[in-house]
This record gives sequence, C-alpha cells and structure tokens, in this order.
Amino acid sequence: MWTAPTSPRRLSFLLVLSIMMFAQSLATLKASPIASRVSEFTLANGLRVVVVPDHRAPVVTHYVWYLAGSADDPPGTSGIAHFLEHLMFKSTDKMPSGEFSKIVSRLGGQDNAFTTHDYTGYFQRIAKERLGTVMEMEADRMANLQLAEKDVLTERDVILEERRSRTENNPSNILSEQMSAALYRNHPYRIPIIGWMHEMAKLSRADALAFYKRFYAPNNAVMVVTGDVTADEVKRLAQASYGKVKANPEVHARVRPQEPPNRTPRRVELKDARAGNASVRRFYLAPSLPKAEPGEAEALYLLMKIVGHSSTSRLYQRLVVEEKLASSAGGWYSGLGLDSGSIGVYAVAAKDVGLDKVEAGIDRVLHELREKEVSADELERAKKAFIADFIYETDSQSALARRYGEGLVLGLSIKQINDWPVAIAKVTAEDIKRVAAQYLDIRSSVTGTLLPVPAEAESDAARPSATVNKS
Amino acid sequence: MNAMPPKRRGAPLAAKLVANMLLLAVAASALVFVSSRAEAMKIQEVKSPGGVTAWLVEEHGIPLIAMRFAFESGNAQDPDGKEGVANFIVSMMDEGAGELTSKQFQERMEAIAMRMSFDDSRDAVYGSFETLSENRDAAIDLLALAIGKPRFDADAVERIRGQLLASLAYAARDPDRVASEQWSALAFAGHPYGRPANGTPASVHKIGRDDLKDFWSNTFAKDNLRVVVVGDIDAETLKPLLDKVFGGLPAKAKLKPIAQVTPAATERLKVVEMAVPQSVARFGLPALPRKDKDFIPAFVLNTIVGGGVMSSRLWEEVREKRGLAYSVSTTMQPFKHTSVFAGGVATKNEEIAQSLDLIRDELKRIAADGPTEQELANAKSYLTGSFALRFDSNAKIANQLLWFWQEELGPDYVDTRNAEIDAVTMEQVKRVAKRLFEREEPIITIVGRPKGLTQTPRRS
Repeated sequence: MWTAPTSPRRLSFLLVLSIMMFAQSLATLKASPIASRVSEFTLANGLRVVVVPDHRAPVVTHYVWYLAGSADDPPGTSGIAHFLEHLMFKSTDKMPSGEFSKIVSRLGGQDNAFTTHDYTGYFQRIAKERLGTVMEMEADRMANLQLAEKDVLTERDVILEERRSRTENNPSNILSEQMSAALYRNHPYRIPIIGWMHEMAKLSRADALAFYKRFYAPNNAVMVVTGDVTADEVKRLAQASYGKVKANPEVHARVRPQEPPNRTPRRVELKDARAGNASVRRFYLAPSLPKAEPGEAEALYLLMKIVGHSSTSRLYQRLVVEEKLASSAGGWYSGLGLDSGSIGVYAVAAKDVGLDKVEAGIDRVLHELREKEVSADELERAKKAFIADFIYETDSQSALARRYGEGLVLGLSIKQINDWPVAIAKVTAEDIKRVAAQYLDIRSSVTGTLLPVPAEAESDAARPSATVNKS
Repeated sequence: MNAMPPKRRGAPLAAKLVANMLLLAVAASALVFVSSRAEAMKIQEVKSPGGVTAWLVEEHGIPLIAMRFAFESGNAQDPDGKEGVANFIVSMMDEGAGELTSKQFQERMEAIAMRMSFDDSRDAVYGSFETLSENRDAAIDLLALAIGKPRFDADAVERIRGQLLASLAYAARDPDRVASEQWSALAFAGHPYGRPANGTPASVHKIGRDDLKDFWSNTFAKDNLRVVVVGDIDAETLKPLLDKVFGGLPAKAKLKPIAQVTPAATERLKVVEMAVPQSVARFGLPALPRKDKDFIPAFVLNTIVGGGVMSSRLWEEVREKRGLAYSVSTTMQPFKHTSVFAGGVATKNEEIAQSLDLIRDELKRIAADGPTEQELANAKSYLTGSFALRFDSNAKIANQLLWFWQEELGPDYVDTRNAEIDAVTMEQVKRVAKRLFEREEPIITIVGRPKGLTQTPRRS
C-alpha cells in the first residue's frame, strides 16, 4: 500500500532509521476526543477487552497481545518469544499447517504479528462481517497450537534469514545491538528481540511449546477491536470464541533481573566498510512511563522532542545549521518499556569533521539543558505537537488499537491513557530541566561510534564484478 | 522495551522491493478494494474559480483534513548530469518560503501542528498535507507559501546537499538499495528510468540554486496537477482554498518528452559484490500497461505468483516449504512510460542460487500450466474482499484516489473495480501468464557474495 510521501527529513531519517529501531514511536499514547467511545470489560477467564468503535468504513481491526516478550526468553534460548510468534501461524487441532494466513487472505483480510521485549501481538484487518471468524481462529491458536518437527525446523531457517536481513546485513543495526547489550548490564533488555544467532540456531520445538504453555492464556492477554462494530457485538463474539478458552492458573507476574546502579560510562566502536559516513550515537538509561514518578516520563518526552525531534530541534539547529559539524542530528525518548526506558541521541558527521568534535557538540547541547530551562515557546510547540499527534492518531484503526492495547499491557489504565494530553500539559520548564539533569548522566550511558574503514582497506566494498550471462 | 517489533512477515519488502525504480509499485498493490466502502464513499469533483480541479471526499467524523497532490514530472525530468534534482527539491520545500526563513517556516508548521511533506517518483512530484480542522486556514496559507514562494536560500541548499550526500553514502552500502538501482540501470540502460533516482555524489555536487528554481518553475503548474482532499471540509469551502494554494501557478508545465521503454537486457544476471552474509536479489520482466486488455488479469496473476504475499506461490515454495527467505514477493506496476513485473528475495549467500532457481521454475510452470482454479478463486476473493481496507482512513483514501487518478481512471473506478476483478477468467490468466513469463527469463541483479550461480541456463 502506498505510504504518504515521506518527510523531506527522510534524508537524515534514512541514516538513522536503524537507530530508531531501538526507539519507539512517540506517537503512541496521546489522549483523546474519542475517550467517550472506548469500552473496556473482562471475560470470566480473565481476558481483558477494549473496544473503540469507528464507523467510517465497514472494516474492523482485531488485535491480541500476550504479556510475554523476548525479555521473558529463558536464559540460553534468546529469540524464543519471537520464534513462537512465527510458529503460531502453523497448525492447531483444527487448522492445517500454514493455513491461518491463507484463510484470512481468502476472506479478504490481512494479518501479521510482532514481538517486542515486553509483549507479542497478533492482528487481522478485515471486513466487519468476518470479525467473528477471525476471533474464533485467534482463540483457537491461543490454546490449541500443534507443532510438527519439520515445520519448526523450516521456520527456524526463516528466522535466521530474518536476522541476516535485519541485522547482519546492516552495520548500523549491529552497532545498536551491541550498544543495548552494553547499556543494560543485568536486565534482559540487553539481549536482542530476535535473539543471538548462535542461540537461535538451536531453538527447538520443545522450547517453543514450553514458552507457549507458560504464557499463552486468556488471563495473560489483552484483546482490542477497533472499527465498525459496537462493544455489545464484540462482547457477544468474544464470549462465543475466547470465552471457551480456559484460564491458566499458573500464569504469574513476570519478574526479571533489574539493573544495578550504573557507575561508569561505556563506549562501543564498530568499524565497517559498509558504514557510509561516520556517525555517533548515545543511549542513556531512563525510567519508562510505567516505572517513572508521576510526570517524569511526560517531561522526558517533551525534553527529547525539544532536543531532537525535528529540524527545529536543539541538536539539529546547533550541530547541523549553526556549527555545521553534522549532516543530520536528533534524539528521542523511549518510554514504553515495562521495566526501563532509554534516551537516545545521534549525529552523522559532516564531511571532514572528526567524530570527537561532533560528540563534543552533542555534549554542549545536552549540558545546556541540564543547566538552563527551555524557552516557553519551545515548550509550547512541543506540547502542541503531542496533543495534535493524538488527534491525528484517531484517523487510524491500528494506531488506536495499539494505543489502548499496549497501554493496558504496560499496566496503564484506560483513564491514564485518555488523560495523556492533560498530563503533558502540566509539565513545566523546571520539570524538564530536572529530568535532564537527572537522566542525561554519562555514567548510565553507552556511546557508540560507527566508522567506515579507510578506503584502502575496502576491498570488500560494493565493487561491480564480472557479470554472468544467464540465458 | 524500546524496539520496533520485528515484523514476522515479509509484506514490507513488497514495498521496499524496488524502492527507487518502483516507488509507486507499492501503490499498485494498493489498487485493491471492496465495494462496500466505495458505495458509502461519495467522490465529488470540485472545480475552483481559478481552474484547479480536485476530488473531494467529505468526512466530518474527525476534525482532520488530508490532502494529497501530484505534479506529473518526477525524477525522469532531472537534467542529464544533474540527476537528483527532483529529490533535492522535495527536500527543500519546508526550507523557507516568502518572508519566512527555514527555521521560521518550520517553527510555524509546528506551532499549528501542520503536517507537510513532499516526495518524488520517476513520474511525479508528490505533496502530502494534513491539518487539524481548527488550524485549517493558517495551514493552507503556509502550504500556499511553500508551493508558490519557495526561497531556496543558499545556506539551506548547502545543508540539504550535505544530507543528500550522506544519504547517498549510506545507500551505496545498503544491499537493497544497490540491488534496485542496479536493476533499473540494467533494464533501462540509456533511458531516464535507468538513472539513479536520487543522483550520484558527482551529480548532486553539480546541482545549483538555479537548477532547483528551474525545476520548480517547470514542474509546479496547473495542467499537470491532480489534487485529492479527504476530511472535514465541504466543496464550497474548499474551492477558494484550492485557488489560494495552486491558483497562482503557471497554466502549463514545461516537461521534456520521455520515450516509452520496455525493460530489456542481454545480460540477464548481474552480480554486485558486497561483503554481506545474505545476498539480496531483484528480478523483473516487462509487464502490461494499464490500457492493455490483459492488465487486470495480469494483476490477478501477480497476486497468485507473489503479490498476495502470504498466500502466493513464491511465498509457499521459497519460504514456507524450504525456509530459504524471510521475505519474497512480487509486484506489477505500470509506470507512465513502461510497465514492470518485479520482485525481490534475500537468502544467505550459500543458497541464493536455489531461491532464484525456484523463482524461475515457478514463473515457467505458471506460464506452462496456469494457476489452479482454487488459486484463481482465492486471489479474486482476496483482492475484492480486501478492497475496503484501503479506505478506512482519510489518509489512505486520499492516497488511493490520487493513485487512481494518476492512472487516468475516473472516480467511478472505485465502484466498478471489484466487478472487473470478479470477471477475470482462467483463460485470460493463462494467456497473460504466457505473455509475461514464457518468452524470457527474468532480468536479475544480486548484491552480496552469492555462491553456486550457474554460468548458463539450466534445463528449460
């Protein structure tokens, strides 16, 4: 499907897209003029359900999230949460192998799934008349997954190719992966969602089924429907499908190893012939929205919008426009982790500028934010952007589904989610200075540099070879 | 915590596939709908007093307005030796206009929460604009300024040039980008479509302010403009706003003629070595223009082969049965001056040859035997059933309608399109499979260190 023409800033975004893989969208949690349309109820087996009607088109979007992500992978089996996500498209007692998506497709629907450190999600977008069918199918695989050894082995090759596509073929992503591993010294957020290659290569059917049995149950899931439907219809359909699945009394809250105090800054350097221009990035530990003190995460979102969101941001204006040290620069706050959040900043060096100068430039900008309050005008524009994003989000069924589903998964209430703009509006310049001083702390950071190796060592670079005739 | 979810499935690659060459290819897969929305959706043709025509869909349910517009032009119009001008200009459109410098303009955009961006394809320069209803008039004023009075200040030009060059340096090491660009260079050698869409470092260095101004004045005109508006606005309110934004543009664009072209290459396989563990391949063949009587059957055929990603033959053979790739898909796209059946796959170096053999075999097999009745029925039910999914937001409706209009389809296409899909017969699909896949092997480019590629065609 055609996406809208990208922002002119895509020039710089292109370079940092991969960095941004490790930042989540800031646009996920804005409050809403649609607050009054949101319904919430819980089935007897513990499944929590949210419904957000949108009658503009005769279609629905149906999501299920499990409170299980890659940070719950048992030690030594990194990638199992994500591997299971793939395997959920195989067979059940009723569903022949590989038929799930084909059936959705025949019904004129589209489906997919995703895994993060904290949750695993599945969705279908389909004509409203088909909602009952896809709910039946989703409820079926919640309890009745069957895995043939052969399917498991073939799909394991697929995830290995997926890792090659996402990570091994992309030095920027390799660096971000190494940086996360250095940022978290104890928490499993240090391990990539897709897993380490050597552990992925050994994942087994038994590993997948153990994870499935431990986490996949109605009392460990959240279901959301947005679109051309009413809460009553969804309740009826949910009772007829998910309502038949038994709760798992063994499900208990996830307890993961937490971070000790961070006492030393870390540095990571990657030299790679494929690197393009030299760049530097830094991640800081920061509390996530679920873990932060009231108002702290809101202040961090606004701080990082002002620091690095667009070409009006401090980093871009200073490093790119005024000092001409960088060809692009920016930053973000990732606040939607269950246990921890992070702050990120980056810059791509301008031609013939050393990375040490670029990094010093970043440090100057961050230092000012710790010392001096942001201007009233900056704060006002940042707040407006968040509140407007929230309204823009109401144009998309999927965005609304994710707003409420992911919010519940992270332990927020519907009211907290709907009140997001109010919480944003309360933040003061003083709050922002305080969180900057507290969390832009070099001792709890990792700095990564990505360097193209010198040209003479580039024998492996993109070099057209003799071509081969084939036909 | 902080990660974009690894998407399980390959659908996004269909989009990335031939990123430069086939930017719009993605839109082709969007060509697909369900009638119910179409029946509910009323498309008005609005003519402004100043002579600007727009398609309008009113949607007052949420306080938003989305506008999409296209100037027929695109990077095919880049002057020789200055490839990358179109891409440069779309990056300059929020860099100051009228009395507002770059920073002032962008701060103003933020203050009214207006969204505006521009993009280029081979055949068009695109604009995307969204506003909250409450800021409508202020946002329209700013859009008018951007389009009618861009400044192209020297310092902004140099800054953006720096970003473009950094972007090219990055893209030069990105196997997906290189594979796509090389495919275009091979299949469209000597034609504007064969040039790198974003230029080269050398060409981008040569682009001056005057080149940007010339491109702007040649491209931003009324006779090559199409505008679609969806959202919280009615026709009478829209008319003067259309004139405010576009009314002052010249009546006629000055475009150079672009020759029709068919993808062709004597060498069918080109390898670009790059030290990556996974080889990235692009493959393609000539396809059919929209006006060809077999276009819709070919579109259905593509769905069966690789376009209906998770239920296609290639998905089944390459991924589901053998685990050779995370993603494999195809798309069929009529450009303004050509049409291409194109696909992509990525497999570790040791096994890419096997993936490509399977793909070639499947194309031959479907040319020889056609699809099964079940495959045809499934593809049709997917295409017709999922049509409504393309119309569930203002932004999507606007994108979709603009695309239809660019394809020179009328507003009524939304109502007739599913019937056209339903009417496709097995005989038509078999015929078009032979037309597309029987005569020649696909043109293939590979980036990586592929092993075991044969020097000569295998059997067949």
